[in-house]
Amino acid sequence: MKIEETTSVIVSEFENFDDWMDKYNYLIELGKSLPLIDEKHKVEANLIQGCQSRVWLHADFDGTLVHFTADSDAVITKGIANLLIRAFSGHTPQEILDSSTDFLNEIGLTEHLSPTRSNGMLSMIKQIKMYALVFKTKQSMGN
Amino acid sequence: MSLNLQETITQPDLEKIRADFPILSRKVHNRPLVYFDNAATTQKPQVVIDALVNYYTSLNSNVHRGVHYLSQQATIAFEEVRKKLQQFVNARFSHEIVYTRGCTEAINLVASSWGRANISAGDEILISTLEHHSNIVPWQMLCEEKGAVLRVCPLLSDGSLDMEAFAGLLGPKTKLVSIAHISNTLGTINPVKEITRMAHEKGATVLIDGAQALSHMKVDVQDIGCDFYTFSAHKVYGPMGIGGLYGREEVLDAMPPYQGGGEMIKNVTFGKTTYNDLPFKFEAGTPNVGDVIGFGAALDYINGIGIERIAAWEHELLAYATEKLSADPMVRIIGTAPQKASLISFLIGDIHPFDAGTIIDHMGIAVRTGTHCTQPLLDSLGISGTIRASFAFYNTKEEIDKLAEAINKVKEFFL
Repeated sequence: MKIEETTSVIVSEFENFDDWMDKYNYLIELGKSLPLIDEKHKVEANLIQGCQSRVWLHADFDGTLVHFTADSDAVITKGIANLLIRAFSGHTPQEILDSSTDFLNEIGLTEHLSPTRSNGMLSMIKQIKMYALVFKTKQSMGN
Repeated sequence: MSLNLQETITQPDLEKIRADFPILSRKVHNRPLVYFDNAATTQKPQVVIDALVNYYTSLNSNVHRGVHYLSQQATIAFEEVRKKLQQFVNARFSHEIVYTRGCTEAINLVASSWGRANISAGDEILISTLEHHSNIVPWQMLCEEKGAVLRVCPLLSDGSLDMEAFAGLLGPKTKLVSIAHISNTLGTINPVKEITRMAHEKGATVLIDGAQALSHMKVDVQDIGCDFYTFSAHKVYGPMGIGGLYGREEVLDAMPPYQGGGEMIKNVTFGKTTYNDLPFKFEAGTPNVGDVIGFGAALDYINGIGIERIAAWEHELLAYATEKLSADPMVRIIGTAPQKASLISFLIGDIHPFDAGTIIDHMGIAVRTGTHCTQPLLDSLGISGTIRASFAFYNTKEEIDKLAEAINKVKEFFL
């Protein structure tokens, strides 16, 4: 599935929620169901700066596709990481770089997009794009 | 507003007081705002907002040395606030009050000016574990520059200063002791008078970081005996971007200037510049006149209610909140010193403060979560953050009940 297709599914899921409590209950569920990251990747180098909670984001590149795993000590942050991984993991660096993050506005998580030290959603997105850029560069150097 | 001269704030008074703060009647997330982030910044009464509007509407002019009418009126108003501040903290002279951008700049002023002149290699600066980053980093920078040593007084398990350890850390090399009057994370009120006496006995200079204290209690710098006392207006119901440094005349007089520019000079030639008298020596450039005047209005407002009555009501709120939160076995209060200002840091089970804070926010309650700019303190406690509810005299017991309900809601979400 293309990134845009996944994100529009996510948007439609969130459209079903009448109030903030349902939305957060869903985010918390997503947080609890985030696939476990390999403990060896929970290192300082994978820690995202600028978050009130600690967030580790790890990326693997198989030569074609980027695969992300993540963890956080805060459940809501894990839920957001889960959403981002669902959207961006398993795509090529170019697809990730070309993708839009507008869906986060559409699902009403704008409060988490402010450049404050909240849950660092912006930092996570930046880091995802950064990984994509690094892998794209590696790819082109390999060619 | 006319209030009864009683010991604490009564219910009818409270309603009048709340009506003075327009922001308290707004809603957030479709719920009436409960503002419990007063340790970060306090809300402003209408008289402060009016003072700012009036200044820019009818008085705006650059101060000092202007011969025209507006400049003279603005200067009078600007200097009257200095006298109000002198009285508010009971300094001997109004020229012992230096305007700064806030508490952080006041500490940096001392580190830069007094520190550069008085600290040399091997000297020691003594702070404590509970300090705000603003009372750590300027000293670290000074120590790095000078080859001096930063010493840190530990805490007891309840969050009060370990005064035995403090006595042991004070020595002939201690040149400066810089300690918070009140901890912004734990609420601990430190025994600043005793600290100052002990430090002076060893010949050390003393700075008290009063950022959290001025709004909560009567501060008397002469009684404390400290050499420096620093504060921010925005934590005392005044505007942001203004604050001050109290310095004992003899100490300030002996210090070199802080920044160079206009206002701080007496005479300038390309060969030599002579500096202005106190306090102007430390106030280079056009000052923040409008916010100083707003600060003056805030002080008048507090004086009108009475700081002792404010302290009494806030103490009641703290006792009520402590009782309410302690009744919940899941809540762990961080900081239980016998002398505390009106704030409570806490954790709910092992729920991350960010998670809890997000839900509490949606319940319309503004609390702060995280490290509160005191990372070394939280490291020493072995926790990554807290949820902090900090109360002001316009808060009510009903609002604390709402916090308790919000805590139950958090548990529903995460447990």
